[in-house]
Amino acid sequence: MVELTLPKNSTVKIGKTWPKPAGGTKLTEFKVYRWNPDDGKNPQIDTYFVDRDDCGPMVLDGLIYIKNKIDPSLTFRRSCREGICGSCAMNIGGLNTLACTKGMDEVKGAVKIYPLPHMPVVKDLIPDLTNFYAQHRSIEPWLKTVSPTPQTEWRQSHEDRTKLDGLYECILCASCSTSCPSYWWNGDRYLGPAVLLQAYRWLIDSRDEATGERLDNLEDPFRLYRCHTIMNCANTCPKGLNPAKAIAEIKKMMIERRL
Amino acid sequence: MRTPLSQVRGRGTAKFGTEDYWMQRITAVAMVPLTVIFILAVVCVVGAPYERAHAVLSSPLVAIPFAAMVIAGVLHMRIGMQVIIEDYTPSDAWKILFVLMNNFFSALVAIATLWAVAKLSFGM
Repeated sequence: MVELTLPKNSTVKIGKTWPKPAGGTKLTEFKVYRWNPDDGKNPQIDTYFVDRDDCGPMVLDGLIYIKNKIDPSLTFRRSCREGICGSCAMNIGGLNTLACTKGMDEVKGAVKIYPLPHMPVVKDLIPDLTNFYAQHRSIEPWLKTVSPTPQTEWRQSHEDRTKLDGLYECILCASCSTSCPSYWWNGDRYLGPAVLLQAYRWLIDSRDEATGERLDNLEDPFRLYRCHTIMNCANTCPKGLNPAKAIAEIKKMMIERRL
Repeated sequence: MRTPLSQVRGRGTAKFGTEDYWMQRITAVAMVPLTVIFILAVVCVVGAPYERAHAVLSSPLVAIPFAAMVIAGVLHMRIGMQVIIEDYTPSDAWKILFVLMNNFFSALVAIATLWAVAKLSFGM
């Protein structure tokens, strides 16, 4: 439902301002969304100061600094710290991106950090991505074949392989889907940009033998056609991919198989 | 107690959507020349006496594109409005009501306008 105001128990309050680290000369201010399901309180924005002389350059480095040296209760996901696992996707300075590849210097003023928008929050910066992963599972993201499996690998021409460029790089961080207003309003039925980009990655894989079946599985006013080319997905993708283009290509395939 | 995958799969696909998507594009393209013709015809009769306006608007060269523009426009409007209703109406009951109203309104606009074009053309 489109809600212009937050329910009372979701209104974000001003939280605690934590003391500045002693002796720090180059400080960066972090304003971080905090919410704990166990304390019954509203979400709040806590203020921290990160000592840049004692910390790496990325936003994730700042969060790890806060967790290690200021407030161990701050909760967030992270793993690879080099933009390949997709765990640390969050909303930084108003844009969904990966904390590990976003430099603190790229953000003007205080670094404002929220969880990915419009997802249920588990705690602090951790969104519940259960529905997102189930949607990914629903497009059956694996090679589907009927022909007998060859003794060696399924072969693919160099030209056909290049068609997967710009698609295979997706790390399923969910930045794009959670930036899409259409996904906000109808995320239960609309598959969203990330999952549709993955769907297209299998639709145009020359080795796959289930293209028609895959298209049938998307032929729906909600699953595919909720995309209104808003383009937030392409603007926010931390890997520089273009899910909107992949979705347009799927729509084109839908029309081409009718004409 | 349904699994996340069961919820996502839901009732399966509607096996529909491309028709409306394609019709929306066809009608958009069709309306470009049709609207130009219509505007030119209207500009021609601005301030003209009734007989001249009647003669221009009842000519097949104007009346046929005008009827076509109404059909394309109403189809386009009906699909566009339905998409908006589906986007923003979370309750199924309201959604069905709004979709019904949208269809009836579109039909009414089309029938009334085509009737007016026919009346002008054939002097009924």
